[in-house]
Amino acid sequence: MLRKLLIGTALGSGLAFAAHAQDVKEVEMLHWWTSGGEAAALNVLKEDLAKQGFAWKDVPVAGGGGDAAMTALKAMVAAGNYPTASQMLGYTVLDYAAAGVMGDLTETAVKEGWDKSVPAALQKFSVYDGKWVAAPVNVHSVNWLWINKAVMDKIGGTEPKTFDEFIALLDKAKAAGVIPLALGGQNWQEATMFDSVVLSTGGPEFYKKAFNDLDEEQLKSDTMKKSFDHLAKLVTYVDPNFSGRDWNLATAMVIKGDALVQVMGDWAKGEFNAARKTPGTDFLCYRFPGTDGSVVYNSDMFGMFDVPEDRKAAQVALATATLSKSFQSAFNVVKGSVPARTDVPDTDFDACGKKGMADLKAANEGGTLFGSLAQGYGAPPAVANAYKDVVSKFVHGQIKTSDEAVTQLVNAIEDAK
Amino acid sequence: MTTVATQIKLTPEHNARPRASVRSRLQDALPKIVLAPSFAITIVFVYGFILWTVYLSFTNSKTFPSYAISGPRAYQRLWRWTFESDPPSSWYTSITNMGIFGFLYIFICLALGLFLAILLDQKIRGEGMLRPIYLYPMALSFIVTGVAWKWFLDPGLGLEQTLHQWGWTSFHFDWIKNKDFVIYTVVIAGVWQASGFIMAMFLAGLRGIDGEIMKAAQIDGATTFQLYRRIVIPLLRPVFLSAFIVLAHLAIKSYDLVVALTSGGPGGSAWLPSNFMYEYTFKRNEMAVGSASAVIMLMTITAIIVPYLYSELRERPR
Repeated sequence: MLRKLLIGTALGSGLAFAAHAQDVKEVEMLHWWTSGGEAAALNVLKEDLAKQGFAWKDVPVAGGGGDAAMTALKAMVAAGNYPTASQMLGYTVLDYAAAGVMGDLTETAVKEGWDKSVPAALQKFSVYDGKWVAAPVNVHSVNWLWINKAVMDKIGGTEPKTFDEFIALLDKAKAAGVIPLALGGQNWQEATMFDSVVLSTGGPEFYKKAFNDLDEEQLKSDTMKKSFDHLAKLVTYVDPNFSGRDWNLATAMVIKGDALVQVMGDWAKGEFNAARKTPGTDFLCYRFPGTDGSVVYNSDMFGMFDVPEDRKAAQVALATATLSKSFQSAFNVVKGSVPARTDVPDTDFDACGKKGMADLKAANEGGTLFGSLAQGYGAPPAVANAYKDVVSKFVHGQIKTSDEAVTQLVNAIEDAK
Repeated sequence: MTTVATQIKLTPEHNARPRASVRSRLQDALPKIVLAPSFAITIVFVYGFILWTVYLSFTNSKTFPSYAISGPRAYQRLWRWTFESDPPSSWYTSITNMGIFGFLYIFICLALGLFLAILLDQKIRGEGMLRPIYLYPMALSFIVTGVAWKWFLDPGLGLEQTLHQWGWTSFHFDWIKNKDFVIYTVVIAGVWQASGFIMAMFLAGLRGIDGEIMKAAQIDGATTFQLYRRIVIPLLRPVFLSAFIVLAHLAIKSYDLVVALTSGGPGGSAWLPSNFMYEYTFKRNEMAVGSASAVIMLMTITAIIVPYLYSELRERPR
């Protein structure tokens, strides 16, 4: 009996050893890129890995800008069943890293020279405690204007360089009977627009202090009050039916020429591309007036989990492929964003993409690359959502004056810290 | 299971029959054995997690549960938010919306359901066809109801747009875009969905009433109104109880309807406490606050349902 048991144990452990010796040639990936363009973009990575012999196990969780996926991830991690990698945003990476479930890619990072090519502002989220825990996939920037060229020509407008010129342009559109500003009245869209307004009103230094460092002096300053006044002014140019509209419907209004301009991140370009519109001839991309030279970014990251030894090889392959120049270029051309490393050639990109890449490089070197508070790259989610609440309540009239908005903003951020 | 077995052994009955077979013992214990798994599951997954939530609400949990008790800060914050009405805090909006929605939804569904049931009970022709038409919305999920009504109520797509195209250009109905009225659109969609089901419940109740009583009342000269007011509706009391409980729990858990219909409403003005709970626990990484709000929801429901159940069930002489 005892002998049998011993043999059984020996056999069992032998099997386990054998399994260890053989690497698992599979990448398990949790993400929420399920819509057409996004899925196509991810397919590029899938094929890259297939060439190296790694199978791709897809764990797509659609919907809610990743909320559903994050809930699923929480459950997987709580059950100890880590995926190889997961699409993640900003502070989520740091939260998981603080919980000690992220892997360590420093070796690969050094070999591939990530610390030199990835902007320092992004490394704040992909490096935790000196260790690389995530591979940034792209950089989106939110301070863009998307303008319908035909409408622009009809009203005889030119690129607005200041906020006042922007208002004058909107007035022209209004006079011509076009909806001047296409906005989706959901809190994150309103707050995303407000990010640009604050940067334009207060300048780069003010934006950084207020929305990245959460400096109370700046948050309750007159500049912030003026920013809210500017936001109130902009809201007078939207159509009455804007509340609750999805962002891509607002983009569609610009594409169709019902509206002149949308203030939105560069993912809007994906919609223009899908409608077969060309930058320069069908639509125009300008930086939000008064924010040229600065970039307010958010970035998709692939968080790398602390997987067992036999899955590490696949993880390293995934991370290397993700930050390879060829993938960065191919993926971001499709996605509408710009590469997460600044040394990728811009030959394949369209005019807006080229401008975005040049701006990112300049902002990185000039220290004017800032995390978007609305997109969760300025402060942890509790603060970011408190901020969205205040902006949205201001836009929809629960908060009536900009004085009150400033007070509420300071209180809400203090409360959420 | 061992305790059950010993108890059986000790009962005098079994002492009198010393050779109680295994088979008969098993038969005695069978219902308990069969129920044990579901009992255990309920204990763990309902009551266990209620206690777990209560525990979490006293910790400092953020993204992940933390196990160190750190005091009632979450409750203090909720308490403070309860009185922040200008501008309304998200919690204040949620609980006032719950009051408005809960009251109107339950009341209108009961009234409309009863009314429709009484009409259908008039031995009309085509009842077999009408009944499923009213009942059908219940077969739809909240998400479908929400999206359909969202399009219907949207001023740029649905009712208002259509009437404008037909020539009635002064028609104006933008409740779904209005922060003060958006919660009433949730009531409209909710009532549309549930009132048919409530009607079916009442109809079953009406069919269960003894025709003899009705005839006796008619012979005594009762008018139709008196008949319903004094005899039928009081006899339907158990149906009211069931309908109330079904509606109350639908009202409290209607999270998906708000999301699908309004995606939170302008400036979060359509939130219900369930939206608040989800938002804080999973999106804002304030698990302690989310848990505290869940505990408060549970206590509120208990405070309403328990006295009602008690008063209704005690009167049954049994």
